[in-house]
Amino acid sequence: MNETTTGSILTTEGVPLKVSLQKAEKRNKIRAILLVAPLLVFILVTFLIPIGDMLLRSVDDSYINTVFPKTFKEYKKWDRQDLPSEELYKTMFFEVKDSEGYAIGKASTRMNYAKSGWKSLLKKSKRKFKKIEEGPYKEQMIAIDKKWADMEYWKALGVMVDATTAGYYLNAVDLKYNVDKEIVRQKENRRIYNHTWIKTFKVSVLVMIFCLMLGYPISYLLSTLPLKYSNLLMICVLLPFWTSLLVRTVAWMVMLQQKGVFNNLLVMANVIADENRFKLMYNETATIIVMTQILLPFMVLPLYSVMKTISPNYMRAALNLGASPLHAFWKVYMPNSVPGISAGCMLVFILAIGYYITPELVGGKDGQMVGNWIAYHLKTTLNWGLSAALGAILLGVLTVLYWVYNKLVGIENIKLG
Amino acid sequence: MGSTDTFVKFEKVDKSYDGETLVVKDLNVDIPQGEFLTMLGPSGSGKTTTLMMLAGFETPTGGEIYLDGEAINKIPPYKRGIGMVFQNYALFPHMTVNENLAFPLEVRKLIKTDIQEKVKKALDMVELGAFGNRMPLQLSGGQQQRVALARALVFEPRLVLMDEPLGALDKKLREQMQYEIKHIHENLGITVVYVTHDQSEALTMSNRIAVFNDGKIQQISSPDILYEKPENAFVANFIGENNQLKGKVKSISGKNCIVTTDKGDEITSLKINVNSVGDSSTVSLRPERVEINSADSNFENTFNAKVKELIYLGDHIRTRVEVCGNDQFIVKVPNSYKGANLKEGASVKLSWKASDSRALDLG
Repeated sequence: MNETTTGSILTTEGVPLKVSLQKAEKRNKIRAILLVAPLLVFILVTFLIPIGDMLLRSVDDSYINTVFPKTFKEYKKWDRQDLPSEELYKTMFFEVKDSEGYAIGKASTRMNYAKSGWKSLLKKSKRKFKKIEEGPYKEQMIAIDKKWADMEYWKALGVMVDATTAGYYLNAVDLKYNVDKEIVRQKENRRIYNHTWIKTFKVSVLVMIFCLMLGYPISYLLSTLPLKYSNLLMICVLLPFWTSLLVRTVAWMVMLQQKGVFNNLLVMANVIADENRFKLMYNETATIIVMTQILLPFMVLPLYSVMKTISPNYMRAALNLGASPLHAFWKVYMPNSVPGISAGCMLVFILAIGYYITPELVGGKDGQMVGNWIAYHLKTTLNWGLSAALGAILLGVLTVLYWVYNKLVGIENIKLG
Repeated sequence: MGSTDTFVKFEKVDKSYDGETLVVKDLNVDIPQGEFLTMLGPSGSGKTTTLMMLAGFETPTGGEIYLDGEAINKIPPYKRGIGMVFQNYALFPHMTVNENLAFPLEVRKLIKTDIQEKVKKALDMVELGAFGNRMPLQLSGGQQQRVALARALVFEPRLVLMDEPLGALDKKLREQMQYEIKHIHENLGITVVYVTHDQSEALTMSNRIAVFNDGKIQQISSPDILYEKPENAFVANFIGENNQLKGKVKSISGKNCIVTTDKGDEITSLKINVNSVGDSSTVSLRPERVEINSADSNFENTFNAKVKELIYLGDHIRTRVEVCGNDQFIVKVPNSYKGANLKEGASVKLSWKASDSRALDLG
């Protein structure tokens, strides 16, 4: 009616159609926003902000600068060739002496990551500095503890001068800064994380594979059985799913330990001798067995939902066209179930890689995963920076895997239900 | 065709799923080589089960099926060499059209050049030569249908089964495909067993039609005989439109009998499915064989009737009248000067020949 060929389309009243549409849709938009708002706020407050905060902690190194601001200012003038000047010793002296005890304690913990020995040095100094009334301070400090004359300690401060650090990330992959802020490997006996990373991936991949191997036939059966039987079987699959994770894990402990049900049965049946009982508990094997059982429903559900949609006529058609049942399965059924396989594998892998409670309870020393180290540093050593770095790497790895997966399979091929 | 070239034979075949009821009862059919046989019936009548038994996806509970003289009950479906077109086509969605067609040939370990040649030939036959690299879901319903047909034929089976293959298509496309399938059947000389619940489809395509109901074949014969000479009330009712007049046999004389309705009208009919005087019977009569106000006196049956309803259908007027106590009696009146003159409520005279009215069972 109006000039529809050139420019924007107008309504009969002469208002541009887009403006009119926006007006009409405005109410709906507001309604939609109001509907999601509570959940959005909840997630923001309880999930996104804490995660963001934790991620910041993995690079944050500002606290120490608030305890020793003048020292670090003075420190930057130091040439790192000979022992520092009297001036640096003096600022250090007063900032140690005048600071609150807990602040020194917290700062010294951080300084100890850079060079061990700092913590005890500061603790001792804080106590003894009270007796020193006047300068020059350099000699008196060295008299209290010879470490004050050790260049290594002074050099190590250089690693902490900046407000941010990559130190926690280096730590998380068995590297560190030396006192000259060069990246070096950790001492042999302190290399634990690379080993843990490899183990975490290995366990996750194995759990994923076992879940697929166990879950695929069950899902197939579920999707082909008549409804009344498949419902019953589905309940059998889901029943453990509804049981507390802790209860199931403890049940496995009863089953698998050396004097447990499984070993007792084998001994009773004379399959193994009493002294040759299998070591199935408190090691990596236990972690894999128990995690496979716990994560199995996460494989079965997406597989089932995809298989349910595969028409039985595909298999029939393949057989009719002359393919043996095995060939028909491999060439026709399996490719059509790929969306379920990928969804299940991804779900299980993601859940497995960050697993904590099961390895903690059944893994022993040998079965610990990255999640356990994160918890350990959060709760025991209070090295939150390292916890955050480990967590951030985990998150990064998953993001990369997701991206690769999306490139290879296409995320739109995933079906969760 | 004589019984010597029987290609498929069902012998006393029974099928039960639950051990309590029979879905197929004592089925005996001989299908000669090259025949287009349609199994027609309402849903649950056993026709699809019969087809599935022939394809090998269901095992007969009793009896034996023979293919080319060989008992096939124990032969698995993938060794039977029977082509099949499925309901909703069952094209493999992860393969291109070419790959779908090549599947049966690759399974048979043909060499690559032969496969390509045969696939191309089959696609050309269904006029989809240019669509080989498409995925099935990129094709329209009719095109998918043709691909399914080509796939069932590409490995040159001697027997092709079709399970309501046109059910998902719209009416126009369905009619077009009916002719195409019919022509392919004629050109290739293959044997086709076709399942449908659509009677016009069955009438269009088949050499013979087997009408199924309640697990049994009610009648098996060529389309024209089935329409014009139904042997029982179910077939008469299921195939085409049909007027039914219920009554009791009053007398029998040779080929004919007289059936008296509840109102006392006496209808002279062919004696088809009644045995003795006093039997209950349904007289079956095609609407197009009834004349209104005919001047001709050659009709054995003439009754007064009242016009109840006129439905305008263009070329003819569907006229519902009340006659012999039945107010659902339909007469097709050609849209001529005479037909256009009818009014609702008018009294008319209906006439038909004894040879057009068939005394059947009660139904």
